[in-house]
Amino acid sequence: MCLGIPGQIIEISDVNRKLAIVNVGGVKRQVNIACIIDEQHPAESCIGDWVLVHVGFAMNRINQKEAAETLQLLQEMAEILRVSG
Amino acid sequence: MKYVDEFRDQYRGEALLREIEKISHILGKRIKIMEVCGGHTHSIFKYGIEEIIPNTIELIHGPGCPVCVMPKGRIDDAISISQNSNVIFATFGDAMRVPGSKTNLLQASAQGADIRMVYSPLDCLQIAKENPKKEVVFFCIGFETTAPSTAFTILQAAAEKVLNFSMFCNHVLVIPALQALLNNPDLQLDGFIGPGHVSMVIGTDPYQFISQEYQKPIVVSGFEPIDILQSIWMLLRQLLENRCEVENQYNRVVEEAGNKVAMTAMNKVFQVREDFEWRGLGDIPYSGFKIRPEYAQFDAEVKFTIPNSKIADHKACQCGEILKGVLKPWECKVFGTACTPEAPIGTCMVSSEGACAAYYKYGRFSKLANQILSENQKAIV
Ligand code: SF4
Repeated sequence: MCLGIPGQIIEISDVNRKLAIVNVGGVKRQVNIACIIDEQHPAESCIGDWVLVHVGFAMNRINQKEAAETLQLLQEMAEILRVSG
Repeated sequence: MKYVDEFRDQYRGEALLREIEKISHILGKRIKIMEVCGGHTHSIFKYGIEEIIPNTIELIHGPGCPVCVMPKGRIDDAISISQNSNVIFATFGDAMRVPGSKTNLLQASAQGADIRMVYSPLDCLQIAKENPKKEVVFFCIGFETTAPSTAFTILQAAAEKVLNFSMFCNHVLVIPALQALLNNPDLQLDGFIGPGHVSMVIGTDPYQFISQEYQKPIVVSGFEPIDILQSIWMLLRQLLENRCEVENQYNRVVEEAGNKVAMTAMNKVFQVREDFEWRGLGDIPYSGFKIRPEYAQFDAEVKFTIPNSKIADHKACQCGEILKGVLKPWECKVFGTACTPEAPIGTCMVSSEGACAAYYKYGRFSKLANQILSENQKAIV
């Protein structure tokens, strides 16, 4: 029930009603972005952002830097293990 | 798919597994870890994580499936609202098959009630606009993950003056449920895998009491197999190093302070109920949301006469013990016989996130079950 799917905002479809078009795994969906906009992040600035979609809402932005760091850490762990056998 | 496939990568997964094996060998004892969230239970079964981790690590499935904890009485109340001839009743697909005392919403719909499944609560506003002579009622369930979306829907209904719309609010809160679990002396746990998507809303700070007052480590986790393995590894490391902290594996989505915009909307529309009944767990104080008086015109509990049914669970049903992590599904006498996903007696068999349904669907007992069964057999012989 708490499932969320990552998607990328490709267009703002209705600024007033805070709606955007999000590409979710190749499918375009209209999604409400009220949860992820504030003064620092106006709707227009959200294009290109990766978000987590739940019941028709973008619930949070996905932090690309943190994701890359986690993957890097695990990659290094795997490489060390491979070398040390 | 980005942010999905990388977290299902075998190379990284194998490395994590080897680290997990190493640490559990050093620890040299049984470790019990509870995953709180039903989404994690589902992933654990889908990817067979129980099968690959060492025998000494036992995963205990917690109460974090909002469908599983809906008491029969609330389902009966929902059905009673849906029977009003001018009502269009809407809800998420997950809620349709939850058994009430006599029927479920799917059966009520077959018997003539206008009950619709929606993907998003916002869909209800559209239905309400298209049917101005009808009252549209949304049966909202879910944890803090879902509550901001229903709060924004009420705010939008208020802004657009969609007055023929209301909600039957059944949101439940994770922290009071965890508190109730931790106060149960029967429960023996070494740590928690914390709910990822609840935490993206509330943040990781609210879990501090678990590490500070109850001395249990907790790692907030994502839902892909690598996420779950990494979280298990992080928990084992805490145990190994004698640390007891709130850690965040899912930092690509979860921030320590949560999502302020979402929480503000949630707190604007909802207030905490004095108590709320959870199926199998009974009344838990301050564990649910109701709609604030300022938004009473969108509150189905104000608009309609609701029976407020209180109905005891089926005698054979052990969902409470399952949700508390005290029993395993196969230890329930009716598991897989009288209780199946097609004809569920308890809610843990209804949702794909319920522990009983997960065990049933994936057609195998866990390693631990097999072990117990084979030991018992030996005893009989
Ligand atoms: S098998 Fe059915 S009745 Fe028994 S605990 Fe699971 S859901 Fe409840």
